[in-house]
Amino acid sequence: MGLLDLFKKIEPDKKKYPLLHTAYDAAFTFAYSPDSVTEGGVHIRDGIDLKRMMIHVVLALQLCFLFGTYNIGHQHFVAGGEFLGFLEGFHLKLIHGLIKLVPIVLVTMIVGLGIEIFFAARKGHAVEEGFIVSGMLIPLIMPPDIPLWILAVSIVFAVIVGKEAFGGTGMNIWNIALLSRVFIFFAYPTTISGDQVWVSGYDSLAAGTAADYGWAHGLFNSLFGWIGVDTFDSARTAVVDGYSGATPMALAYSGGWEAVTAEFSHNQLWWGTIPGSIGETSKPFIILGAIMLIVTKVASWRIMLSAVIGAAVMAMLLNLWGATPFMDVPWYYQFYMGSFFFAAAFMATDPVTASTTNTGKWIYGFLIGFIGMIIRVMNPAYPEGWMLAILFLNTFSALIDHYVLEANMKKRLQRA
Amino acid sequence: MLSTILIATGIILLLAVILSVSDNLLQIEAKKSGIDIEQDDIGIIPKLSFDGNKSKPNFAKNSASYHKLKKGFDIKLAGEANNVNLNASSSTFAVRPMDFRGIAPIPKLFVEVGQEVKAGQPLFFNKTTPDIVYAAPVSGEVIEVRRGAKRAISDIVILADKKQVPHSVSAPDLSKVSREDLVTFLVGSGAWPMINKRPFDVIADPAEEPRDIFISAFDTAPLAPDASILLEGKEKDFQAGLNVLAKLTSGGVHLSLNQSQSNSWIADVNNVHTHYFSGKHPAGNVGVQIHHISPIHTGDTVWTLGVQEVASIGSLFTHGYLDCTRKIAIVGSEFSKTGYVSTHIGAQVSEIVGDNLATDNVRLVAGDVLSGRKVTQEDFLSFTTDQITTIKEGDYNEFLGWLVPIAPRPTLSGTFPNFLYPNFKFSPDTNTHGEKRAFVASGQYESVLPMDIYPTHLMKAILANDYERMEGLGINELSEEDIALCEFACVSKQPLQKILRQGLDMMREQL
Repeated sequence: MGLLDLFKKIEPDKKKYPLLHTAYDAAFTFAYSPDSVTEGGVHIRDGIDLKRMMIHVVLALQLCFLFGTYNIGHQHFVAGGEFLGFLEGFHLKLIHGLIKLVPIVLVTMIVGLGIEIFFAARKGHAVEEGFIVSGMLIPLIMPPDIPLWILAVSIVFAVIVGKEAFGGTGMNIWNIALLSRVFIFFAYPTTISGDQVWVSGYDSLAAGTAADYGWAHGLFNSLFGWIGVDTFDSARTAVVDGYSGATPMALAYSGGWEAVTAEFSHNQLWWGTIPGSIGETSKPFIILGAIMLIVTKVASWRIMLSAVIGAAVMAMLLNLWGATPFMDVPWYYQFYMGSFFFAAAFMATDPVTASTTNTGKWIYGFLIGFIGMIIRVMNPAYPEGWMLAILFLNTFSALIDHYVLEANMKKRLQRA
Repeated sequence: MLSTILIATGIILLLAVILSVSDNLLQIEAKKSGIDIEQDDIGIIPKLSFDGNKSKPNFAKNSASYHKLKKGFDIKLAGEANNVNLNASSSTFAVRPMDFRGIAPIPKLFVEVGQEVKAGQPLFFNKTTPDIVYAAPVSGEVIEVRRGAKRAISDIVILADKKQVPHSVSAPDLSKVSREDLVTFLVGSGAWPMINKRPFDVIADPAEEPRDIFISAFDTAPLAPDASILLEGKEKDFQAGLNVLAKLTSGGVHLSLNQSQSNSWIADVNNVHTHYFSGKHPAGNVGVQIHHISPIHTGDTVWTLGVQEVASIGSLFTHGYLDCTRKIAIVGSEFSKTGYVSTHIGAQVSEIVGDNLATDNVRLVAGDVLSGRKVTQEDFLSFTTDQITTIKEGDYNEFLGWLVPIAPRPTLSGTFPNFLYPNFKFSPDTNTHGEKRAFVASGQYESVLPMDIYPTHLMKAILANDYERMEGLGINELSEEDIALCEFACVSKQPLQKILRQGLDMMREQL
């Protein structure tokens, strides 16, 4: 138990260094579960705590992280017409993805956890675990080339205004990860919408633009050169003529399903080798993560299922209407595009911001699917709807609960 | 194409409206002519029943009702009580005023230190309810009056005589006595504090007449004792007690059993309505059973008793004195021998436990691990204790305990592979396995409370002092034991039982 002794020895004074003590406490309770015992009430406690619950969401996201990292590199080289096969140029794609993703994760975690520790120290309580999940979700819903300072500003906004202002973890009204994204979406729209932003490493996607690499790529160039494999320099290409970087959503908006399939095959759409936000393109890996959340009872299957039903119903109604090419996209192909699965599995099910009654969850999930599909198909400015739909329903989730509870109260008081 | 679908939908809707209206009209007519529409299934559309109440199994005999509860959770612990009698010679007993909810912390004593008392003789009364007396469980000498915080009386200790002398009473003839006279007799006999009332789960008020009286004859709590063993030799007393209770209410006396009791003598007692329950814990809690038999409405009062308490009340009429003998189950992973001990109410823990403990660093609990009271060897058992549980203390740091736990632990969560071992018996400790956090409603409370109640929102209403919401969300139907399982399962490690009692006290002060 050498580590335990070391931890006990270096404990900083709580009064003198509150900030340091809070950080120490967070690290200590991460390494060792506390030795507190039950007092009054129950004498045994369930083995699960908030840390364990949150870490299972993080584990469920790992496949999305792996695939997302690689896909950053893959899309980069596809834009230049190099290594078109998925596994060709494996090392270059992986390293390029890591060079893009690691700074995003680091900035997210340092900024977010820093704010959490600061506020925890001010309030004099332990660091709550909420940001572990938010901090893992945020990188997955960003475009790969997001400027890091914009990312940091958005996290500051989301955590302070969205969470700490309401009292910290468990008290927030809106999903923190989506709040940071919606902040970027309205404050710096050019970095997160349009065709240009979903492929990394290019200033613009005009034909002939060369990829720009930085010092990190240079480091690996020397390594790869020494091993004798392809280097970034030898593979450097310009954007091929005719490549637009458009996501399936943008294509569907202008030309319906035919325009999408002209660019991408069904397999590509399903497995996710398409441009998009970092972690949301691969449907099978998201579904695997969702299954893990359902099996471990960490997230609500009611919300996921009702969101799917809501989206399907709205898509069918739009099929009936059929006024634009996007409305004519068969309802089942709507699920091949965009980030619906990621939003339904990981964003809508946030237990703090979702409805908390079981009846409420059905209504909440259904409306997310229903309204999100309307925004996706009908809003010309932004061809994807889940972020706005979930934030909208976050706002109303308490109202939904209110009516469910009112019904319960009315029933009980009427029995008298 | 579109118009066809619209027309078809319209026709279906119209048909549904016609059906629904005529169904309602039929039910109104049936009500007018006095038919019970719930029981007789009146209506055009056959009612679908998902709770299984309609399909009564064979063991629920005659008029007995059957309730199958789907929600709940059984915590399987090691150290079940074997059906053997363990010898324990108890000589010191105590009555603890703090056991009785709703009385002042410093009651008025009838006795002083050094005085001889008989078994069943009054010891003290509460100043606001002077009629109700609290009696000595054994005959002997009062040797100590222990005081706790703010001079509150914590224990009135009695050194028992070798040969017990009962305090005889002349019980009235049940067939002739009026309800008022019967209440007056019970109030003065020392047996009255055995009756609890809901709402609030406090001692019953003699001035009130309860709508119904409820008794749960089985306990689903972890390692709970078997009622048939607790009542061994007291069958006649139990029946006599039920007869007394039947006189106290114009409603019914409801006795709840589980399937395994259907062939026992207890299924054939008279003067009660029998109900069968199946399901996991808390199906054996009387509060849950009331909710399914006949819920507490605003303004209602119902009474509840344990089985040994019913037998004690009966003993006044069968023996002519208050029988305070009790069987206590000795259970838990840290006892070397488990079984049952025969003693009296309020026995000292050390005399019962003796040298039976297998290890040192243990938690002794008077009651079950979910809602029992933490005791030390010097403490005394509570008035209604029917089991002593031991588990290990959990005052240790576990390396990455939240991520890769070393010892198996009971849990509702799917994040542990417990579902692979459905019959594994756990030996948990008292570690909290995490720190207290803000409420995160991940649905685990709702999954273990088989009542139409939203525990998360009720707790928040209590913390917000919102009386109207507390009442509307059903606080009057609950007692601590009913939400103990929610507290066990709580991811945020919140003290739900404490919060609920705060709310109940607040509601009671409003009266």
